[in-house]
Amino acid sequence: MTIQNITMPQLGESVTEGTIEKWLIKPGDQVKKYDALAEVQTDKVTAELPSSFTGTISELIAHEGDTIEVGKIVCTIEIEDAVVNPPTVTTHSKESSNEDQNTNTSNEKSMKTRYSPAVVRLASEHQIDLTQVEGSGASGRITRKDIQKIIETGNIPKATKQKVEQPNIATQQVIPEVKLTNHIETQPSSIGDIEIPVSGVRRAIAKNMVMSTQEIPHAWMMMEVDVTDLVSYRDSIKEDFKKKEGYNLTYFAFFVKAVSQALKEFPMMNSQWQGDKIIQKKDINLSIAVTTEDALYVPVIHHADDKSIKGIAKEVHELAIKVRSGKLKSEDMQGGTFTVNNTGSFGSVQSMGIINYPQAAILQIESIVKRPVIMNGGMFAARDMVNICLSIDHRILDGFVSGKFLARVKEILENISKDTTSIY
Amino acid sequence: MAVLSYIDAITLAMKEEMERDERVFILGEDVGRKGGVFKATNGLYEQFGEDRVIDTPLAESAIAGVGIGAAMYGLRPIAEMQFADFIMPAVNQIVSEAAKVRYRSNNDWNCPMVIRAPFGGGVHGALYHSQSVEAVFANQPGLKIVIPSTPYDAKGLLKAAIRDDDPVLFFEHKRAYRLIKGEVPDDDYTIEIGKADVKREGDDITVITYGLGVHFALQAAERIEKDGISAHILDLRTIYPLDQEAIIEAAKKTGKVLLITEDTKEGSVMSEVAAIIAEYALFDLDAPIKRLAGPDVPAMPYAPTMEKFFMISPEKVEQAMRELAAF
Repeated sequence: MTIQNITMPQLGESVTEGTIEKWLIKPGDQVKKYDALAEVQTDKVTAELPSSFTGTISELIAHEGDTIEVGKIVCTIEIEDAVVNPPTVTTHSKESSNEDQNTNTSNEKSMKTRYSPAVVRLASEHQIDLTQVEGSGASGRITRKDIQKIIETGNIPKATKQKVEQPNIATQQVIPEVKLTNHIETQPSSIGDIEIPVSGVRRAIAKNMVMSTQEIPHAWMMMEVDVTDLVSYRDSIKEDFKKKEGYNLTYFAFFVKAVSQALKEFPMMNSQWQGDKIIQKKDINLSIAVTTEDALYVPVIHHADDKSIKGIAKEVHELAIKVRSGKLKSEDMQGGTFTVNNTGSFGSVQSMGIINYPQAAILQIESIVKRPVIMNGGMFAARDMVNICLSIDHRILDGFVSGKFLARVKEILENISKDTTSIY
Repeated sequence: MAVLSYIDAITLAMKEEMERDERVFILGEDVGRKGGVFKATNGLYEQFGEDRVIDTPLAESAIAGVGIGAAMYGLRPIAEMQFADFIMPAVNQIVSEAAKVRYRSNNDWNCPMVIRAPFGGGVHGALYHSQSVEAVFANQPGLKIVIPSTPYDAKGLLKAAIRDDDPVLFFEHKRAYRLIKGEVPDDDYTIEIGKADVKREGDDITVITYGLGVHFALQAAERIEKDGISAHILDLRTIYPLDQEAIIEAAKKTGKVLLITEDTKEGSVMSEVAAIIAEYALFDLDAPIKRLAGPDVPAMPYAPTMEKFFMISPEKVEQAMRELAAF
């Protein structure tokens, strides 16, 4: 004795359910195969539901008036002989394929070094050494999620051998070997501290800074500049400029222009210490500092004195994009003769720059701020003021020439206006 | 809010639009007195009369052609093809005339027509009643192709299609007609054509599909969720022109993409979706783009076993999703 299920048949195209209008049998009735069991109505037809078996009706699962999905049980029937095909529900294929995959991942590592584009990109962005990562994907493949997890936890495996990318600041001179640290006070690191190995760009920055401060006797000087006219000039054309050229007309471009003009008049500022001689450079190549999240690059605007304010703005824009997209080439960083640093972009109003070795000086452009100023005639006025801070190599330069240079930069800046200056 | 079947939502959309705008009328085979072979136009002949619900001869080219002419003269025809399989005699009208009239006349003329057609298999309809024909039209600028998956989308998108000033092909999955039910608001709403819709949020794998495939994917997603696999499901809704932004965003979300169509694989709509992802999201991909589609054979077979072999199903979708998740 076996119980078999009678299910709702598909009674036409697009029919997915049927309503039991009337049972034609009751439990206990004997039925033959193909006997009508019930009247079924769909939204297209009314049809009789035939029995698939010969036997005794054991239970009516659906009631009259119930709407039953195609394939769902409507009643059960008890049949005499046990020779029936059991309903073959195929779920085994799924399970077996899962097992296959499980055994794959646990044993075999053939996919360990097949990296997807996403994995390669993330690993290079975060300098993750993929040979040290365990993959959770099929056959040991490292998945994007594996890498994302590593980045989230901050436990990044780095390669032990790292190519040192040197931001090639010095060009004319062999840089003497500098020890980065003379004495190390080792402090025990406690739980939660993060250890960051010093390598690559960071190492090069550290080396240059130490060398510069150890070797160059720095002296500092600052002047206040009234840039009210410059500000109103730039504000009046910046919208139009952006629309026409596609990038911003920054104040910084005006400053760079003014500095290169003043350097032409004071060539001593544009020189280098060479031990037994000082070399005055003919070209005016201005290094500008561009920072990223974790590093500092100093690309160079070559022949800045040949360029218009617009040309400088364009080059600053392009160099910044190159830095931020990692496309800066070493020739972009070579040949600088003087550095202009846009510290104002951080909101700073005063700072003491470390000279970009082996140059003679560095000029820091601070934030432009509105301040009350006493004007000629004793009147107060709200003016746009900016501090410009100069660091000099006192072996090459003295206060006299530096002061004259800085005063000249100030003079140029204070005279920039719509009437005197063209950006083209 | 009422729970309606997919086909009732379509009927309701046409009824509301015909009440709202007397320029809207229906033409097609058996759409009038019979109310359509699937009953999609049920009751509309009685409500709006024989001038606005027109029974036509068995001539699909004429159904499309008459619709185009009426549309160009300011009416808003809804032309029904009894089965999408029978649209082929009308292809010249649709592709050469409807799609191009605005361009050809330099904006002097346009063709605000909807062509509705039931498509898709899994209903033992065999080759003349089961095909997916959308890819035939999916490289004809000037046409829009909409395939809703839910009753809610069906009503909102059909109303938007009727109000659109250019021709819209509106394909309805015939197996969804009475299988899929869902809540449909009573109020007058439209859904913007050209926008895909995230039907489920997830972060392990992305499934992009349309029509019945959406429901198969949703069912499979529930099952694999028990094993900790979370699926992100994007319903294209408009398959031409494609919502590139939504496709790229969904692909980038997980980096593992499964594309599902019931149509035969080579040259299907999913081939274009795959190309978009390869073009714009390569560096976010974590696995080869995977397609689940019908085999490249001429038509849906009649034998139930062979039809089952041809058709996508929740089981096939689930297996493909699991394989991709494990990659």
